[in-house]
Amino acid sequence: MHLPCFIQKIRAGGVNVNQAVEALRMENITKVYPNGVIANKSVTFVVNQGEIHALSGENGAGKSTLMKILFGEEQPTSGTIFANGQKVNISSPTEAIRLGIGMVHQHFMLVPSLTVAENMMLGIEPRKGLKIDRKRAEKEVREISHKYNLPIEPNERVEDLTVGQKQKVEILKALLRGAKILILDEPTAVLTPQETRELFAELKTLRSNGYTIIFISHKLNEVKEFCDRITIIRRGQTMGVYPLSDISEQEISKLMVGRDVILKISKNKILPGAPAIKVRNLKILEESGRVRINNISFTVREGEILGVAGVEGNGQAQLVKALTGLGPYHSGSIELCGTDIRKKSVSDIRKLSVAHIPEDRMTIGIAPRLSVTENTVIDKTDNIRFFTRLGLSKSSEIREYGKKMVRDYHILCKTPDVSVESLSGGNIQKTVLARELSGGPKVIIADQPTRGVDVGATEFIRRQLIAMRDAGNSIFLITSDLNEVLGLSDGIIVLFEGEITAYLPDASNVTEEELGQYMLGIKRQSPEQISEVLHEQKD
Amino acid sequence: MNRRINLIVDLTKMLLIILIACVLVFIIVFLTSQEPADAVYSFFVGPFTSLRRIGNIVEAATPLMFTALAVIIIFRAGQFSMISEGAFFIGILGAMIVAITGRMPPGIHPLAAIVFGGFCGAFVASVPAVLKMMWGVSELVTSIMLNYVVQFFTIYVVSYHYREITSSSLASLLFQETSAMPVIVEGTRVHLGVIVALVLCFLGFLFLQRTRLGFKLRVTGDNLHFAQYAGVGAAGVMVSAQVLAGAIAGIGGGAELLGMYTRFKWTSSPGYGWIGIVVALLARRNPLLVPLAAAFIGYLNVGADIMARSSDVSREVVLIIQGVMMLLIASEALLQHWRQKLIVKAAEKEAKEGNDDAPPELPDASIGGNDIPYTGVDTPTPNSPDQEGL
Ligand SMILES: Nc1ncnc2c1ncn2[C@@H]1O[C@H](COP(=O)(O)OP(=O)(O)OP(=O)(O)O)[C@@H](O)[C@H]1O
Ligand SMILES: [Mg+2]
Repeated sequence: MHLPCFIQKIRAGGVNVNQAVEALRMENITKVYPNGVIANKSVTFVVNQGEIHALSGENGAGKSTLMKILFGEEQPTSGTIFANGQKVNISSPTEAIRLGIGMVHQHFMLVPSLTVAENMMLGIEPRKGLKIDRKRAEKEVREISHKYNLPIEPNERVEDLTVGQKQKVEILKALLRGAKILILDEPTAVLTPQETRELFAELKTLRSNGYTIIFISHKLNEVKEFCDRITIIRRGQTMGVYPLSDISEQEISKLMVGRDVILKISKNKILPGAPAIKVRNLKILEESGRVRINNISFTVREGEILGVAGVEGNGQAQLVKALTGLGPYHSGSIELCGTDIRKKSVSDIRKLSVAHIPEDRMTIGIAPRLSVTENTVIDKTDNIRFFTRLGLSKSSEIREYGKKMVRDYHILCKTPDVSVESLSGGNIQKTVLARELSGGPKVIIADQPTRGVDVGATEFIRRQLIAMRDAGNSIFLITSDLNEVLGLSDGIIVLFEGEITAYLPDASNVTEEELGQYMLGIKRQSPEQISEVLHEQKD
Repeated sequence: MNRRINLIVDLTKMLLIILIACVLVFIIVFLTSQEPADAVYSFFVGPFTSLRRIGNIVEAATPLMFTALAVIIIFRAGQFSMISEGAFFIGILGAMIVAITGRMPPGIHPLAAIVFGGFCGAFVASVPAVLKMMWGVSELVTSIMLNYVVQFFTIYVVSYHYREITSSSLASLLFQETSAMPVIVEGTRVHLGVIVALVLCFLGFLFLQRTRLGFKLRVTGDNLHFAQYAGVGAAGVMVSAQVLAGAIAGIGGGAELLGMYTRFKWTSSPGYGWIGIVVALLARRNPLLVPLAAAFIGYLNVGADIMARSSDVSREVVLIIQGVMMLLIASEALLQHWRQKLIVKAAEKEAKEGNDDAPPELPDASIGGNDIPYTGVDTPTPNSPDQEGL
């Protein structure tokens, strides 16, 4: 038992024992969702003024629920909330904002058809007479974007943004509203370590000005590095509050999951086979004519994981779209499993045994109101195991399959018949993974595969991907998590401004610093070195 | 458990809406009528006073079942085509042409006429669908405009090519006797069409829930981007859904014509497509509930007709009721509070029975030993002293 000694540690070295002022107290919060899931069971959560407080727990532990209650989006079934010592009734987000609470949602709350500036100014538009003062809105957005070092183009439409950019808009939107208590629900899931560090540098200035920040993340190293205290919840109940100076990452994950988690990735030596993904002289132009991918070539062989490193927005999104048939390419060729995919539809490409884990699970990865089961079989409608030749479904087979997916991928849900939208973020991600990995893919395009999943599940997914590689499949891995790209990949290519600027054949020999220099465009390899990634014999 | 609660709440909601609708009738009648008691009586009880009148309810419900089913299939695919109205009317025209000009034996004749009507409906419905697929034209706009085109085209065809010249009002030539749909209940005009409608509703349910195309259709309707990503051929699915719906509405038009009439007598599109939307929503977009919902709307209409005939209240009352019902159906919040209460109670009971809501243990979780039993630290939580000190 570790708990007693933890408590002692806290008693002995608690932070700011005397001068701490409670900014917020949520007392005995219980939440039962309309489908009967008890997401919070008598949770007490206290945050002091001027601290960065981490909230951690497994996927589905009830973190987002607790925060939605605090932000007035969900009503607690029972329990009370105090803000600055006063009992409050937060009946709506408007009320929360009035109390100085702001929130960055795990799943973006942005209007796709509006621009970045319009989204950020929604409801607080600067006015000139009756008209909205666009110039000033734009200027304010630029200012705040500059101030927090989160670069963003105010006039771009949100639907054209990548996930990382949308995340930045979300964060800035909350910061702009000047909330004294800021809730950040997994804001860093798709940010690079560099961006996270810069964000936190700013958050720390806010903290010293008396702001309070609640931070949710599954990346325990971030939590450990940037936060003051941590509240751990497990299955809807608090497991305690600890100062982060006194608790190690291992101890945190143990409290969260109930076992030790090995985050170190170990894998066998690579035994590459024939080329499975062959990209040659690929060029992708945007409609505006801007070059997103400029003449790149690479090969991913069977039994190989090729990682892509790069600051997001350097052409990764366009490359993935082209590879999966979701987006166009201008010239060059893409061959998947020996077939040129020019003019092929998404379903033709999927029939070549290509799986795609999308970076944005909420917009393209799921049918939210359909069940977990249905979401895991949608790509398998041509399989006679689930549908007869005449197109009738075999319900019992499908039901069994859904159950198996839930079991195999540890998807936390009441039954496999519940709608996917009622799952927690990480469990939605697991549903996507279950579907994509269970179809027997030969080529896997994995875009942020462990985004938002807890430490235990991350470990599981990584092991799963390695097992698939060992079985001779090819994996093209795009991730903003440097540990992941370094630990999981066999070789790494670096994308910078739409070009491959480096090929690092052995990821295990690469340091973060070295990779960082390529990613920021400080260093660049010679064309000969880069062309090694083609794996072609020179004659 | 929750399914039962949801069913209870949904049914109660439907009953409540019906009750409110009835109360509304009372109020309107008492405000406008000289003899309110008679009017109310004829409205509510009237439809059940004879077999003939009960038959009228079924007759009124039959076309609505077809159009409501069509609406459901279109809506479930995430499309907003209003074409059921036009498809129904063109189905009438198609069936009429076959009924007047065809020379076939009795069993085959109505069948051929109805199938041709369905074909016409499918064709009309495909127009907005294809326009949307090719050029992204809003199907809502094109379908509404097309409904007018269909209406005037039909009237034109009847008046210039199939008109009974001896008649002073617009009426077509008499149909061949072989084309009539058989009446199935003696003493009423309830015809075989109602059986066709019931069967189609059931098939519609099976189609949506138990077939590959139906599955793809629901996925497309739920999230188009996802459908594209998963490669279900979303564009094809959207067109098929509308064509199928058009065929169903067209069949409905044909059945209505041959079951109820011996001549074409409409001077404008009868509006079953629009009322079909009310029925579809009342049935909560579930084909299995369509017959019930259609019967209720049918009952309202028959009641209003009887009331209009036997008292001084006009039948337009029904329109008010239908409007209010639409609002009530759309109000998600109605009874939501009650539903939540029931569910919380059930969940608490479940939790107490030791059948805890706690998630199933991850299979992996036992690796390395689970040496922090979380039940041990339920409450109070080991909060740091600074919190207690305040
Ligand atoms: N709208 C909803 N309806 C029904 N159940 C829900 C709903 N939202 C969440 N839940 C359930 O409540 C539980 C807690 O979910 P929550 O989103 O709070 O988890 P979380 O701790 O944020 O997890 P993650 O790390 O995966 O984001 C889960 O079991 C989830 O299935
Ligand atoms: Mg969450």
